[in-house]
Amino acid sequence: MRKYVILGGLIALLLGITIWMTGLESVGIFKMAPATKVLKATARHFQIVGAAEALAIALGIPIGFFSTRRAMRFVSPVLIGTANVGQTIPTLAFIGIAGAVLGMGYKAAVIALFIYGMLPIIRNTYAGIRSVDPSVIEAARGMGMSKMQITARIELRIAMPVILAGIRTSTVVNVGTAAVAGMIGAGGLGELIVTGIAVRVTQIILQGAAPTAALAIILDAAIGGIENVITPRGLKILKAAQWQQ
Amino acid sequence: MIKLENVTKVYQDGTKAVKELSLEIEKGEFCIFLGPSGCGKTTSMKMINRLIPLTSGKIFVDGVDVMKLDPNELRRGIGYAIQNIGLFPHLTVMENIATVPMLQKWPKKKWRTRAAELLELVGMDSGTFLDRYPSELSVGQQQRVGVARCLGADPPILLMDEPFGAIDPITRAKLQDEFLKIQSTIKKTIAFVTHDINEAIKMGDRIALLRLGELIQYSDPATLLNEPKNEFVRNFVGADRVLKGMRLYRARDVMQEPPLMFTEDEKPSTVGEQMRQNMLNWAMLVDKKKRFLGWITYDDLEKSTSLREIMVEPAVTTSPETPLNEAISLMLNSAIGNLSVVDNEGHLLGVLTFEIIRTILSQESEDKKSDGG
Repeated sequence: MRKYVILGGLIALLLGITIWMTGLESVGIFKMAPATKVLKATARHFQIVGAAEALAIALGIPIGFFSTRRAMRFVSPVLIGTANVGQTIPTLAFIGIAGAVLGMGYKAAVIALFIYGMLPIIRNTYAGIRSVDPSVIEAARGMGMSKMQITARIELRIAMPVILAGIRTSTVVNVGTAAVAGMIGAGGLGELIVTGIAVRVTQIILQGAAPTAALAIILDAAIGGIENVITPRGLKILKAAQWQQ
Repeated sequence: MIKLENVTKVYQDGTKAVKELSLEIEKGEFCIFLGPSGCGKTTSMKMINRLIPLTSGKIFVDGVDVMKLDPNELRRGIGYAIQNIGLFPHLTVMENIATVPMLQKWPKKKWRTRAAELLELVGMDSGTFLDRYPSELSVGQQQRVGVARCLGADPPILLMDEPFGAIDPITRAKLQDEFLKIQSTIKKTIAFVTHDINEAIKMGDRIALLRLGELIQYSDPATLLNEPKNEFVRNFVGADRVLKGMRLYRARDVMQEPPLMFTEDEKPSTVGEQMRQNMLNWAMLVDKKKRFLGWITYDDLEKSTSLREIMVEPAVTTSPETPLNEAISLMLNSAIGNLSVVDNEGHLLGVLTFEIIRTILSQESEDKKSDGG
């Protein structure tokens, strides 16, 4: 309960700041962005993150999954190693490199975010599938489940909470990275922040930064909720039992 | 029912896990694959349901070459239980047990009734446990669910890879007993892998002893113990094989009629007379319904005129189904040295004495001498 109060309070505070800043209309000679522009930028921001995440999930889960297969045993250390190391690259550096390689604009930003956001999904999918007890798979095979059935009903179901945790990390990080992508002309809330920094007006920076933070918190809570609903009860009990030990 | 013909398994790295193995398991027979680790027992078992592909040779299940069947269909028709149990952690006990019925597309209503039935069969309350998750059960209970699950679609054949391996010795013994009881009613054809000679003797109708991928001896437990084919078998079954052999007998097989049995209204003097005539220093006291009361010893006879008063209460009694090795340890613990065998209501059925056991032992060693000569 306290969790929800804090969460709600924080979101209200950030939205309050946004509305307040927008209501200022101008600071000195600088005009604040009008409300419609802030809303549009937020929508654009959401769109960048959404598109990038959709691609990252669509590709990251299969890559992570197939990295666990025997046939991939020579390729997967490279893939997983890359995913791990890739995540250590700071977002700012990543966007800088992406801008240099892919050019400027919305598309370049989506591609950059998709690649960057795919890394935790690949890593968590791989770890989640690998964590399934081999004897569970052996039992499933011995009872006559087909490979497809084992993947769909056993492996992915058991790995699902870990995979979702990867998606959650990826999304939250990408809300932030998308803001940085404002630097390469992606649009979105990052544009307001970049403008604010350029003209050194804190209020304009806040106008972009506060809704970015709110968006990250909301998406984090939303995916957390999905995670909670989707995780089978048996796995929650198992996890709780393991914590107690 | 299951027939292996010159079955050979060579792994990619060149190791020969199983060499030219041929054996047959009759319908309803409990067959043990026994041997030290690396002997090929698990590989042999897993080739039956094609979890491990065979390199050469043929395996027939019910007269059908397993290579001609769809592997998943084949496996759904054969129960499978393993040492690490491998229950599905995200599914309830009911869903775990109903795995094969689900795969075989049984109507949904039947899953639950079937699972409940099997849970009761393995000694668990279906009302309490059907909707629990594996992580809420003790290891012993998980092991039971594992057994119930392998019986899910009532397959005629069971493959079991050390299914009682992961639990403490007391629970294991209990589960073994219960499983034997279940098997006596369901009469499945079973291939059961273990490295434990005691488990093999206790459970098996026939034992296939393997070593380095070769079948060394395939016989019933008594023959394995009494007529080891070579030095390896002799060493594997152990120096205490005579004592192990005791496990094959039950109290009812070797008990004798009580040589002297009296009711309480008898006079001690008459009892003494009988003891002298029979050269025995003990007798057994029963009530009018032949329920066992206690022991009378010759030295106590003069202490009272009532047999009831001089009677020594029995510290232990045993049931006719007790394995002889357990009966012997009870005898070693009892002051009298003899053990009364009684039924559930306490009626005296017979008595075990060290003389009888000595007789059995000497008969067995004579058998062995004549075999050797």
